[in-house]
Amino acid sequence: MAQKIVIVNTGCANISSVKFALERLGVTVDVSDNFDIIKAADKVFLPGVGSAYAAMKSINGKNLTDTIRSLEQPVLGVCLGMQLMVETSDETSSGQIDCLGLIPGHVARLQAGDLRLPHMGWNTVTPLEGNTLFKGIPADTYFYFVHSFAVPVYDKTLATCEYGQTFSAALHSNNFFGVQFHPERSGEAGAQLLTNFVEM
Amino acid sequence: MLAKRIIPCLDVRDGKVVKGVQFRNHEIIGDIVPLAEQYAKAGADELVFYDITASSDQRVVDKSWVSRIAQVIDIPFCVAGGIKSVEDAGRILEMGADKISINSPALSNPDLINELHDIYGQQCVVIGIDSFYNEANGRYDVYKFTGDESRTQQTQWHTIDWIKEVQSRGAGEIVLNCMNQDGVRKGYDIEQLKAVREVCKVPLIASGGAGAIEHFTDVFKQADVDGALAASVFHKGIIDMHELKDTLASQAIPMCIRHGR
Repeated sequence: MAQKIVIVNTGCANISSVKFALERLGVTVDVSDNFDIIKAADKVFLPGVGSAYAAMKSINGKNLTDTIRSLEQPVLGVCLGMQLMVETSDETSSGQIDCLGLIPGHVARLQAGDLRLPHMGWNTVTPLEGNTLFKGIPADTYFYFVHSFAVPVYDKTLATCEYGQTFSAALHSNNFFGVQFHPERSGEAGAQLLTNFVEM
Repeated sequence: MLAKRIIPCLDVRDGKVVKGVQFRNHEIIGDIVPLAEQYAKAGADELVFYDITASSDQRVVDKSWVSRIAQVIDIPFCVAGGIKSVEDAGRILEMGADKISINSPALSNPDLINELHDIYGQQCVVIGIDSFYNEANGRYDVYKFTGDESRTQQTQWHTIDWIKEVQSRGAGEIVLNCMNQDGVRKGYDIEQLKAVREVCKVPLIASGGAGAIEHFTDVFKQADVDGALAASVFHKGIIDMHELKDTLASQAIPMCIRHGR
């Protein structure tokens, strides 16, 4: 498949692992923060690890906000990349910060009760039936998670996961998709999900 | 449900996986990439690569093996050994490691934990702790430079206090290596891990002492750790990963049994 896949260079640390995972599928990938290159891609990835505050600072510093908002092709946010897609996040010392606003919604600290944070490790994911991103991935498939903040379950939730509370493991609104887990580190199930997205 | 993790640890020296006998006479057991692949395929939940080249000498160490692993491995991995600064950590993470683990440098410079947390995020900051049970006074003490017998020294920290300190500075996970049990394969130090569990609010990984499947059962059921790390039982083929995970799952310990086996 001669698709143009571009990973937005957000300046975050998991860019190589997302790139390597896509290359294992046999597709070629560009990592870029250039408006024209991102705009011309068939599929766009928005990676991210670390804190929402630091990532938004980096994205704003590179003037990427409007570029990302203008995209019409399928975009997949991964982990923090997904959290950046909604409107606001609590993950900052100053109370709340604005994210990219590609999907309605808000990121809050996980209410894990007595459970440990970060939520770290392999947990089961239940996708909504009949959606393309999770094609061939049954309910209760394990994916790898590392996070302390999450988007609650609402009408943009595409898959759920349970850790103290039920939260959104994946989101979907128009051309924007996001996954809270790390498909690039989730074995064959992760590879299947990446393939589904690339083939959309 | 969140699964408990089984974590093989591989010692790396100059880009090769080695096994040592009492810190000396390291014998090369294979190339790092095929061995990492083999463990990932066998069902390991995560891998730790402990770079033993780095901690004992000062020369510039070739870490290109980190990106070679990141290219082929589709499970998370952590790199430990010789990471002394924010710059060291950044290079390892940029090459594709998911986490970095620091031990002695955190004791020498605790602010390093805060800096790593602020720059790269809590999720990638693992603190390794070598803890020794002193029978004479019933105390658990933290040791440093344990990779080199001639430099190993007791610190002023009691283990429980150090655990609290690293959490307050932003540690995302703690690997507790119980030195009394290390390498003897008589089981994890359940008593110590239980005591640490009470104050440890981040994921806790048990290390040191695994010799049989029931040791894993015990540590998950009795000490409620989040993961169990082991080296020789896997390298020497004493425990088969599939059998281990199936046995634990049959005893109601949540295990991620993936396909592809």
